[in-house]
Amino acid sequence: MRKWYSKAVLLVAVMFMTAALLAGCGGGEEPSADNSDKIKVGFVYIGSPGDAGWTYAHDQARKALEEALPYVETEVVENVADADAERVLTQLAQNGNDVIFSTSFGFMDPTINVAKKFPDVVFLHCSGYKTADNVGTYFGRMYQARYLTGIIAGMATESDLIGYVAAFPIPEVIRGINAFTLGVRSVNPDAQVKVVWTNTWFDPAAEKEAANALLDAGADVIAQHQDTPGPQQAAQERGKLSIGYNSDMSKLAPKAVMTSAVWNWAPYYIETVKAVKEGTWESSSYWGSMAEGIVGLAPYGPMVTDEMKAAVEEAKEKIVSGEWDVFTGPIKDQNGELRVAEGETMSDKDMLSMDWFVEGVQGNIEQ
Amino acid sequence: MSMDVLTMILATAVTAGTPILYAALGEVLCERVGVLNLGVEGMMLVGAVTGFMVGVGTANPWLGLLAATLAGGAMALIHAFLTVSLKANQVVSGLALTLFGTGFSGYLGKSMIGTPLPNPFKDVHLPVLSDLPFVGPVLFQHDMLVLASYVLAPALWFLLFHTRAGLNLRAVGENPAAADSLGVNVFLTRYIYVIAGGMLAGIGGAYLSLAYVPTWMENMVAGRGWIAVALVIFATWNPLNALIGSYIFGGVHALGFRLQALEVTVSPYFLKMLPYILTIVVLIIVTRNNKVRRIGAPQALGLPYDREER
Repeated sequence: MRKWYSKAVLLVAVMFMTAALLAGCGGGEEPSADNSDKIKVGFVYIGSPGDAGWTYAHDQARKALEEALPYVETEVVENVADADAERVLTQLAQNGNDVIFSTSFGFMDPTINVAKKFPDVVFLHCSGYKTADNVGTYFGRMYQARYLTGIIAGMATESDLIGYVAAFPIPEVIRGINAFTLGVRSVNPDAQVKVVWTNTWFDPAAEKEAANALLDAGADVIAQHQDTPGPQQAAQERGKLSIGYNSDMSKLAPKAVMTSAVWNWAPYYIETVKAVKEGTWESSSYWGSMAEGIVGLAPYGPMVTDEMKAAVEEAKEKIVSGEWDVFTGPIKDQNGELRVAEGETMSDKDMLSMDWFVEGVQGNIEQ
Repeated sequence: MSMDVLTMILATAVTAGTPILYAALGEVLCERVGVLNLGVEGMMLVGAVTGFMVGVGTANPWLGLLAATLAGGAMALIHAFLTVSLKANQVVSGLALTLFGTGFSGYLGKSMIGTPLPNPFKDVHLPVLSDLPFVGPVLFQHDMLVLASYVLAPALWFLLFHTRAGLNLRAVGENPAAADSLGVNVFLTRYIYVIAGGMLAGIGGAYLSLAYVPTWMENMVAGRGWIAVALVIFATWNPLNALIGSYIFGGVHALGFRLQALEVTVSPYFLKMLPYILTIVVLIIVTRNNKVRRIGAPQALGLPYDREER
């Protein structure tokens, strides 16, 4: 007799929890009545703006967009798993959004699929490589900011060994490590950069452990390509220095963080939405540079000396003016083989498929 | 491998193993009374977030720890109510609690992300013990939670195998009908140890947010709750084995990074699957051999007890 009863109660309990879970994930903002002067812009996030990292940077830019263009109204969906992306994108398009930014690599195919069904909506996909008439891609030359942080790290290190906690051996991460190392060795040719792979984007405890392993190996500055500030906290606890990534990480480790290489999507979002509104937008693959302000450095910590700031400023000017870029030869790889000849600059295509380390990196790509 | 490196690897194995150890000790208690708890991951997350919130609010890590203990216990109370009183499917209830805990902790912690913890648990210095060569840095240069676990694991082992209460609780897990006929209150016993297990899971989560990392990040437990469930099998439901097992499981994680830093090439994927391979091997040994079978899973594990169906 009691069995159906207990099952029913369990079912209700599970439904309650699921509802609570969904509520916890947070929903979008209220869509409001159509107004022909307005332009509606949708955003799909892989995480929540509270991650103090990737999604936070996108959300800051969304707010800047709303502020800069009074005719813009935005709608946000957070914590979207790759598998749900197609449904969420369809819903945003049905809600009457004119422009939709899909901000994770994993949303690439869903974006292309949904874009086919809504030819009048402009889709912009971050970090991918597939485009269509109404789908553009966008990303930033983070390696330029990495190079500048490398200059600071190279001048700050006393042991001439810098640790780099990295997520996965993919071209984006390898490019960052190489640019950082070139920056380090532009001011300190003896310094080495030691890489430890964590094989996770997000595990603060493991990232911290990886940083500790590097500190134990003698590193005195820790850089990283992860989604959490775990490595920064390891450096702070051990009285060592660090370089953050994604957004300004100085809040969690004020004594350790010298600066962070950060994303600033706002200029791109504002330009793109303006172009759509004015009817001048065309599909393209945008890879924004520091000159366009899409990547940059967070404010310096008190331990950064005037000498370091001057060295960064000098390199920054050359990069921003377009006079010189990071991957300009001569560049040798780990085995001493010349990869980029003197005076040559790597093509975007070669940079986007980079699978080798420059001289001065200690670590393996094939594991 | 030099002595220094070995010391560091072992010391890291201890700290990395501690959150898993607390959760696994809780799971041992829970399974020993015949209740499978797959909600450990969720309980750890809720413990981590509540511990962190109270730790930030009061600037006192001990109050944070207390809050985490209560939060883990409250989650376990739901599990006990569903599985013991309502005799619901333990797997379903546990999985639901993990899903719930993941979302709920993310919701609670939203405003806490990026907030620094004013007073994390710090390493303490014990007279004599901390200064011992080799043993000192490996075992005794840690925070209070690590030190407390050295006492807790043997204490639970003693409780389980050398006290009347332990006999009763094992009887409830092996044969609840027989225990009931001897006057043991099966329902009360199950409630007590399921809740105690949840409290320990909460402490395991709080260790991450109050001592090990220490910060709050959504989903920061990152699968350690599931490792704890596997560890219980590896430990053959014995708290002392869990102590050793957790250091092996934790050490494998830390070892991978150290080997990379030393430029020894071992696939990190191989190291990551090592704990699970060991678990399967132990499981095979435990179930194949009749003599060893007695140290295996409690006979009534996963079965709800209904007095009327005796």
